[in-house]
Parts: sequence; C-alpha cells; structure tokens
Amino acid sequence: MMRWLVNVGLLCGKELRSLVHDRVLLGLIVFAFSAGVLLVASGVKVEVSNATIAFMDEDNTTLSRRMRDAVLPPYFKPPVMVDRAEALRGMDEGDYIFVVDIPPRFEADILAGRTPAVQIRVDATAMTQAGLGTAYLNEIMLGAVSDVLHTPALAQQVPFSVQSRIRFNPNNESKWFTSVMQIVTNITILSIVLVGAAVIREREHGTLEHLLVMPVTASEIAIAKIVTNGLVIFVGAMLSLWLVVHVWLGVPLAGSVTLFAACALLYLFSATALGIMLATVAPTMPQFGLLVVPVYAVAYLLSGAATPVESMPAAMQVVVRFLPTTQFVNLSQAILYRGAGLDAIMLPLLTVSLTGIVFLMCALARFRSMLARQE
Amino acid sequence: MNADTPHDSPPGITITGVTHRYGAVTAVNDVTLSLPAGTTIGLVGPDGVGKSTLLGLIAGVRRLQSGKVMVLGADMGSRRAREAFLPRVAFMPQGLGRNLYPTLSVWENIDFFARLFGMDARARDARIHRLLDATGLAPFPDRAAGHLSGGMKQKVSLCCALVHDPDLLILDEPTTGVDPLSRQQFWTLVDQLRRERPSMTVIVSTAYMEEAERFSWLVAMDDGKVLISDRTHRVLERTNTTSLEAAYISLLPEGKRQQASGFVIPPYANPGGPPAIEAEHLTRRFGSFTAVSDVSFTISRGEIFGFLGSNGCGKSTTMKMLTGLLDVTSGTARLFGEQITAGDMKTRMRIGYMSQAFSLYEELTVRQNLMLQARLYRIPAAQAAQRVEQALDSFELRNCADVSPAALPLGIRQRLQLAAACINNPEILILDEPTSGVDPAARDMFWRHLIRLSRTDHVTIFVSTHFMNEAARCDRISLMHRGHVLAVGTPAELVKRRAAPDLEAAFIAYLEDAEGAMDTAQAAPAAKPASRGRAWWQDMATRWEMRLGRLGGAWLPRAWAFARREAVELLRDRLRLMFALVGPLILLVVAASSISFDVEGVGFTVSDHDRTTISRELIDSFRGSAYFHELPPVTDADALDRTIRNGRAQMALDIPAGFARDMEAGRRPEVGVIIDGAVPFLAANVRAYVTGVLAGYAATLGREMPQGVTVPINVEPRFAYNQEFRSIYAMTPGVIMLALILIPSMLTALGVVREKEVGSIVNLYASPASVGQYLMGKQAPYAALATISYAMLVIVAVVVMGVPLKGSLLALSIGGVLFVLSATGLGLLISTFVGSQVAAIFGTSIICLIPAVNFSGLLYPASTLTGLSRIVGLGFPAAWYQIISLGCFTKGLGLGSFWRIYLALGGFASVYMLAARLLLKKQEA
Repeated sequence: MMRWLVNVGLLCGKELRSLVHDRVLLGLIVFAFSAGVLLVASGVKVEVSNATIAFMDEDNTTLSRRMRDAVLPPYFKPPVMVDRAEALRGMDEGDYIFVVDIPPRFEADILAGRTPAVQIRVDATAMTQAGLGTAYLNEIMLGAVSDVLHTPALAQQVPFSVQSRIRFNPNNESKWFTSVMQIVTNITILSIVLVGAAVIREREHGTLEHLLVMPVTASEIAIAKIVTNGLVIFVGAMLSLWLVVHVWLGVPLAGSVTLFAACALLYLFSATALGIMLATVAPTMPQFGLLVVPVYAVAYLLSGAATPVESMPAAMQVVVRFLPTTQFVNLSQAILYRGAGLDAIMLPLLTVSLTGIVFLMCALARFRSMLARQE
Repeated sequence: MNADTPHDSPPGITITGVTHRYGAVTAVNDVTLSLPAGTTIGLVGPDGVGKSTLLGLIAGVRRLQSGKVMVLGADMGSRRAREAFLPRVAFMPQGLGRNLYPTLSVWENIDFFARLFGMDARARDARIHRLLDATGLAPFPDRAAGHLSGGMKQKVSLCCALVHDPDLLILDEPTTGVDPLSRQQFWTLVDQLRRERPSMTVIVSTAYMEEAERFSWLVAMDDGKVLISDRTHRVLERTNTTSLEAAYISLLPEGKRQQASGFVIPPYANPGGPPAIEAEHLTRRFGSFTAVSDVSFTISRGEIFGFLGSNGCGKSTTMKMLTGLLDVTSGTARLFGEQITAGDMKTRMRIGYMSQAFSLYEELTVRQNLMLQARLYRIPAAQAAQRVEQALDSFELRNCADVSPAALPLGIRQRLQLAAACINNPEILILDEPTSGVDPAARDMFWRHLIRLSRTDHVTIFVSTHFMNEAARCDRISLMHRGHVLAVGTPAELVKRRAAPDLEAAFIAYLEDAEGAMDTAQAAPAAKPASRGRAWWQDMATRWEMRLGRLGGAWLPRAWAFARREAVELLRDRLRLMFALVGPLILLVVAASSISFDVEGVGFTVSDHDRTTISRELIDSFRGSAYFHELPPVTDADALDRTIRNGRAQMALDIPAGFARDMEAGRRPEVGVIIDGAVPFLAANVRAYVTGVLAGYAATLGREMPQGVTVPINVEPRFAYNQEFRSIYAMTPGVIMLALILIPSMLTALGVVREKEVGSIVNLYASPASVGQYLMGKQAPYAALATISYAMLVIVAVVVMGVPLKGSLLALSIGGVLFVLSATGLGLLISTFVGSQVAAIFGTSIICLIPAVNFSGLLYPASTLTGLSRIVGLGFPAAWYQIISLGCFTKGLGLGSFWRIYLALGGFASVYMLAARLLLKKQEA
C-alpha cells in the first residue's frame, strides 16, 4: 500500500510537469475559468431580459402611446414602431420576439365600455422568452390602461395582497446562476478531455507501455492521472468560484464552500474516470476527439445547467438522475444557493461516487487489452 | 561520378557561413562547404553533429537562419527561388517510413507524392510501375504501408522520393534500423537508379561508415562543423588510413579520439542455476495475423543472446510477451523458471526493458526521466539521485542532463533509454534494437556496458539488432523471419553452417532462402485484379481530375492530391467515420427530445394557518393547475423554510390565520409566497404562474366578495411559428446547429497538429505544394463528411422526430454547406496554433461550446444579447446559421431572406482559412 502511494506520488509529479509543459493548454484552461465564466455570466440572461418588441399602433392615441411607454428595460428593449410588413419581416428574421398590435379605435372602444383586444404576436421558437414575456406584457398592458383610466390596478382590486419572496436570489439575477453553471461545465469538459487525452497521448508515444514493464500497476497510472489533472482543475475551479464569481461578479455564496469543494473533488473523480474509460474505447486521438464531443455536450444539456431538469419529459427525468453531471449540478445548486447541508445531498453524492467507481473499474479492466490492440 | 573538381561540373551545392541554432543549442556552426553536382555524396558523423539540420537546409524544409545556401543554382534563402526549385528535389526524412501514411497502400502512398508533383494519370501509372518493379515491391501494391517491414518501408519511401524524377535526392539515414538484406537491396537500387540518370545528385547521411565508402564524395562532420569534404579516395589518402572508420577517428580533435573497436569479450561461462529465459512454442496472433509462430529458445544466466531479423518479423512481439506486456496466445514463457503473469511485480523488478521507439517523456528533462525511472524501480530517493548521476556520467549524458529529450538527436535518445533501462541494475535486460540510429562510437560504448554487465554482474541480455558486428559479439544469436525462427547458434556456427565468408553473408543466405519460399507463396493473391466497382470509380475519378486540371492549371490537382489522401485515410478509419456520423445524431435525438422550457408540475407546499373553506379554495385553485403539484403540507414557518432549502418544494404558500375573516372585512390579508430562486428561469416562471393562479382565484371571489374585478381590455397572445408551443420544434433547428459546429470543427482540429506530432508534415515542407493547397485538401474531405452528417440530421429530424420543415430545403442546405465550411475552417485554424493534440481537443471544445450554446440563439434568442456577448455572438458563425436553421424549419422562409447571412457565413469560412494559411509556415524552424 505504501509502495502504491509512493508510485502514485511519483507519477503525479510527472503528470504535473507534462501539464505545465503545454503552455497553450494552460492558457486555454485559464481562459475557460476566467474570461469564459465572465463572458457567460455577464452575457446570458436566463429569464426575460432585453426582449425585442415592436408596436403596430393603429390607434395612435394617448392611451396607445402610454401603453408603449410602459414597456421598459430591463425586461424589454425600447419598442420599435413598425407597420405590418416590417413586423412580419422582423419576426421572420428574428429581430422581434413580440409584436404588439393595437387596433384602430382602441381608446374609443374602451371609453365606450366595450372590451377591445390587444393582440400580441409572439415568436414561439424563442422558448425562454415567449411564455414569460407574454405574461409580463399582459400585466404591463393592463397596468397602463388602468393608469390612464384612473381605475385601480388589478392587484389593488383583489381582496387580498400577495407578498412574494424569491429565496436565495431575491432579484432573480441570472449571473448568480450562469456563472456557477459555467464553472461546472468547464469542470466536466476539462476532466474528460484532459485525462482521456493524456492516456491516449501516453499510448501513442509508447510511454504507457514503458511504464507497464516497470513495477507499476495500471491503477497507479490511472489514479495518478486522475489526481493530478483533477487537482489542477479543482484549483482552477475554486479560484474561479472565489475570484471571478464571488469577488468580481459579487455573487454571494450562501452555503458551505468547504462542502462544495468536497463534492467537487468527488465529481472530478467521477468525470476524470469517465475520461479514462473513453480513452480506452477510442484508440487514436482523432477518434477520441470525436467521441468526447457528444458525451460532454449531452452531459451538459441534460445536466440542468442549460435547461431545468424539472422541464424534461418524465422518463428523461428518471434517466438523468443517474448521470453524475446532473447530480453535481443538482448538489451545487443545493449547497451554493440554498445553503443545504450534507443530509439534503446524500443521494446525489452517492450517485456521483458510484458512477465514478464504475467508470474507473471499466477503464482498468480495458487497460491492458487496449495496449494489445494497438499492434 | 567522373568529374574532377567541383569547379568543372554544373553548379552544385554551395553553403556559405551557415549557422543554425535551436534555442541555446548550436546545431550547425558557421559551415562553409562546396559540393559537386551529379555525384553521390556521403555525409558522416556521430549523432547530434548537425547532419540532419544541414540536409534540411539544403532540401529547403528548414528556414535558413544565417548564411547562404545555393542548391543547383537556386538560392534557398529566397522564397521565390526555393519554390521554383522544390520540384527538382526529393527529400526522405530520418526514421522508418516517417513520411509515409500507414493506412494507405504502397501504391496510394507513391501515387500521392506523384500527384503532389503534378504528374498526370498516365505518367504516374508508368512511373509507379517502373519504380515498383525496380524495388521488388511489384507484388504488394495494395499492402498498407503500416504493415510493411522496415526495409520495405524504406523502399516505399525511396519510391516516393524518386517518383517525380528529381535532380537532387536527399536521404537522411535511409538504412538506419533496416536489416542487412534490405540494406543491400536498398543500395543496389539507388545505384541502379543513378545509372539510369547519371546527372542526379544524391546526398546521403549515414552512421554506417562502411556504407559511406560507396559514395564518391565524402563530408565528415563533428560538433556542427565540417571536418573534411573531399573525394572519398582523397580522404583516405589525406588521412593516411585504409578505412573510413579510421579516417574519421583520425580527423577528430585530439581529445575526442577514442579507439572505436578492439575491445575484448571474455568468454562466456555459465554461472549455473536455472535458465534466465525460457520460451516454449510461443505463439501470438492479432486477429487473423500470426505475428509470432511457435518460437522456442532458452537463454542461460549472464548470456548475451542476439535476436536478428527484419522489422515486423516478430522480434518486438516476442520481447513484449517476455516482459508480460502482451498475453501469449499459446505456448509458455518463463523467467527464472517461473511462468510470466501479467501483474507480477517481483519479476518486473528484475527486468530492464528498452522499447524500439523512444518511450520516455519528452516533457521531462533527461535527468528527470532517469530519476522517475529510478524511483519507480523502488530505489530510495537519495540513492536514486546518486545512481542518476552515475548514469549521466557513464552514458555520457551529462551535458544534456537538463534538456528535454525532444531536442536531442536519435542516437543520444537511445543512449538515454539504455541508461534508463539499466538504472535498476536488472538481472535481465531486454533491449529492442537499442543501437538503431546510434553512431559507431556510441554503439561501442553501449557494448562495453553490456559486456561488463554480462560478464561481471551476470546480467542476462536479450538484444535485437541489425548490426552484424554487434551480432557477432553475442554469445548466441537467433534469426527470425516472419514470425518464425530460421536458425539459432553461436555466430561462428551459423557462418560455418552456411559456408559463408562472414555473418552478414550467412544471414543474407538464410533470408534469401526464406524470402524465395514466401514470395512464391504470397505473390499470387496480392496481384488480384481490381474489382469492377473500383475500376469504375477510378475511371470516374480520373475523368474528374482531368477536368479539374483544365480548370485550375496545377493549383487544383495539388489540393486534390491532399484531399484524396485525407479522404482515403478517413474512409479506412471506420471508427472515426462512425463517431463523426453517429455522434451528431445521438446529440440531436437526446437533446432535442429532452430539452424543454415547459415548466410544469412545480412542487408546492402549504402552511395553512386559517383552515377555512375560503383558504382551502385558494389551495384548490393551485391544485387544479397543471403547473403545480401539491406536496404534503407543513405546520410552521421553519418547516416551510426547510422544505424549500432542501429542494423538496420549489414554492410554498403561507396563508395567515384569519385570512377568510380579514378578507370579508376588506382588510386585505397578506398571502405569503416563497419561491426557490436557485434556478432563476424556474423562479421567474413560478412567480408568473402564481400571479396567474391567484388572479383566477380572485375572479371567482369577485362574485361573493364586496369588490368586483373588472378588466377593461383583453390581451390575446398569438403564438407564431410554433402554435403548440412545443419545445422540440423550437429546439431541433438549434441542436442541429450545435452538432454542426461541435463535430465538424473537431474533425479538422487535429489535422495539422497531429501531422506535426507524427512527422508527416515534412511532405508539405519538401513538396512544391503551397500551404493553401494543403489546407484546402485537409478541409475538403471533412467538409464533405460533415455535409453528409448535415443531411442525415435533417432527415432524422423530419422523418424520425416529426419536426416539419416548413421552408425551403435548398435555402437550408446552402446555409448548411457554408456553415460546415466555416466550422471545418475554424478547426483547421485552431489546429495551426495549438502545440499539442490535447490542447486542440480542449481548445476546440471550449471555443465552440461557449458561444454556440450561449450566444447563438440556441437557448436564449440572439436578439436579446447586448454588449460584449452580442459581439461574441455575431463574431461566431453559429449565430448566423441559427437564423437560417430556425427560419427554414419553423418560419417557412426561403432563399430570398438569407443572402446577407450566406455572405457572412462565406466570410467566416474564408477568414478562418486565410488566418490558418498565415499561421502555418511552409518550413521548419
């Protein structure tokens, strides 16, 4: 056992030197954890924000102008006035998500006590904006009309009041979510690619074979790769979480960072083991490159970092429960935002660990046969 | 060959004041040299004296740093002159078949070179036939280059070099690592070809002094300097020696002269004990191919046992079985009387192994490599450091101790490998061609070590070699050929058995016998006629090529040569093809069918302190909504908070005591709503739903309560393009975009950097083809494959997933092709600036994934982006293609809407290729 640890230590030193040797790669890692996270956090708005909107105002009265003026940032961009043809073109080319159509005699109809209709054309392919944006517009339109008519707003007419609080992220800011999720995505891609490619590189250069002639076991080689690359990624991720997310972007970290770090280490183990397993499946680097793309892309899209797991079809929700990435996203959200404790994340933690062990077992079982095949 | 002085002959090669450095190391130091044309020139000297660098400069594959090189009247410092001259030169780099493509057949390899040099179909055919006949490769035109023996690889390499009938042939150590028979055949071939074309100048570098004697001019180098350059016979006269070996040594500066040979080998005495290595009927098969067949031998302790045979004859496989690296198919192998098992650490401790290819770490320095090796052999740190220092001295590695092995010449790297193999004082040394590519002096040093280890320390040495003088030093030798052992015995016995003058002759006799028997057996099936389908295909291809030729002069055929080669390699790599085509489909099916923004069944819990019919009605209105799903109620605020914190519920209602009473009294009681904000998108939706449900509830109240609710207008949403509001319709076009940026870019991302790592990039450097042609050729097959992938994605989306294509297929496809061109161009661009394949994979992943997912309209409409993210989005082709994909699939748009976008995509493709063109240099540093 002592020997095993010493060998792993020695091989770790070697791995670290190899990694540091590749300057372009190091630069890319730094980029991913700094600029990559910043870019996504500051650029992506997961809820309605800056939505593009156009007005077809066929009434052109004080009321219709007030309705237009009520559409405000940050939910919406300033409305653009259009005619029918331009509205169609703009929606076709994705320039406008919403087009509000105020019919002629709109104000007159209201004053006459009729209930005229405002039509909102919505580009339903913009799934993140369409539903919510429509609800917001509904509120805004009603509010503007009540305002002009000096009738009490809808909320005031209701015989009770609503005190709604959004916990953990009171202003519902996207960057709190996207910044951390980008770190998780970086961890996933880096773990799979770095470790897997390191194995293939050693095989293509014959160094793996050389190691296996020495009194070194496959498990020592694999664990050394997992530990070294895992640690480098871990340091990158934690620095990114602290400096970029917490200090620079000012996102409060509600829960225990230590607990998150521990979970991240477990996830790194699982993802790097997956990388090694994939490397034993793909014999050459170009094949490996093609194999990992769908793996990390699917893992990312199903993780809940891109779209909520709760929205997936029921069957899929069951399947993704067994994916380590999804579980890691789940527990990151629990720890970092909700401040959940160990008791609340036992199940995801168990999934992450178990999948890691399964991946590593498969990888080790294939290690030697992979050498024989390269002939 | 008969010219008297360089001045009489046509302009040859003049090198004036050339110095070449790699970082701090000076490889060529102020060399001035004049060589005649139309002769054979031998360039000799030990490893690392600058031979390869000098040849690279003459061939124009290395960038000239200082000085002037004139080759056959062309100034290699001038780009124009060099480009005009390149078609007249042929360069064969060091290393067995390093410039060949292993999955291509013999014919295809040569054909590729012929195309690069712009030969038409008829000329190619005739020339390749002649070369194959001359080299004896005619029976194997369809064999993959990777499956050839080392000697055959070198012959194919030579054919490739000679295919365009060059005026200058440069061969960098062509016979290193080649068996004696093949070596002899190789030189006969060169002589023969030179007789056909006496005007051809041939420059050969070699570490075999005896080979140098066949060249009419000799250049000896040491330490970056030229020692002598003269006619071979004059060299002997001037140094007053009879052999070049002696001549070379006498030319060395005083301090470096060491007696090359002449060491004595004490006779072998068996120290007793069980034999060190026993092999009985060893057999190893790879699929249907038998690499080693029924091999048996016994090696006693302390014996030096030599293994001879051509490359690919099964020597390495046998050695790997003895080290436990490969499993034995049948038969037994024993070390020290114990059967070899895969995980046996005790046996491994007693073995030192050196593989044929360099297998130490290029990222570590020489010293770090040795240290790692020593520590892994369980030598304590302090002692290990001492051993490493000793090894640095005894293997003369001290002056490169802190250099990466990548910067060292082949010979010194081999020396390092031997030092590493010996560092644990093993009892058995298994050395797979340890001296191939090593200069004579260093080889003798090796052997002095081996003899000391064997005779003094009783180390058993199992060594494979191509050098006859080394074979003669072994106690016993075994000759292997195509998996079989032809003969075993002491060197003297074998010579006697064949009644040959020396060992080399004896071996050649053995090999010729075996070869004759094999050839007759194998020639027949190899020469099978091409199938009809293939003939038709070739006919079509030829016709197309002729059309291409007429269109673009010499430009297109060269790009076509690269493209064709790349395509054939791709088609042979079934696994890669499968990954490239199936990967995107999996991504499409999984992602498009599971990504959804329909928020439904949000778990909610209630803390009802009122418990009246009214409050229950309020809760009922949430129960009745499809958006919500009720969880068990909680009693107090703490439990409410815990439920949210643990993620069991996303929303909680807190109804205060006296709710119904207060409402009736018009006191407007407050309903508390707590929403989990961990996922902002969900939180926003939940808030909107809550507002909606409560408004509905209020409307039902209006009938009973004092205040009524009046709404002055109707807001009517009309969902366009996707009336059913189904995520799959909205997501599918986006996922196709994602698949078409991620995978095609990965297809080309390894193209250039891999060729740099493998070494075949030298074919670009040495050929008259331009970087632009090379990149075009690299892109075309992958762009074609990605286009097929695009078509499959669209078909699966429409037919299998039932997503209607409402717009123009033509408009979509034009966009698809342009997008695929941009993606493959981006991959190539990344490939030219990264330093390793690992960086290429990671770089491509991150550079493509971040903008494609976030800033291209896949999840969040591109029109909502502002500032930097808008610039990033617009600066990336995915956002543009997304408009086409979404427009054609969901909005029913046609060609007319996209001209601006086509232009942008075309722009991306061109800019990427142009940038790659500028970044990739046509010469080595």
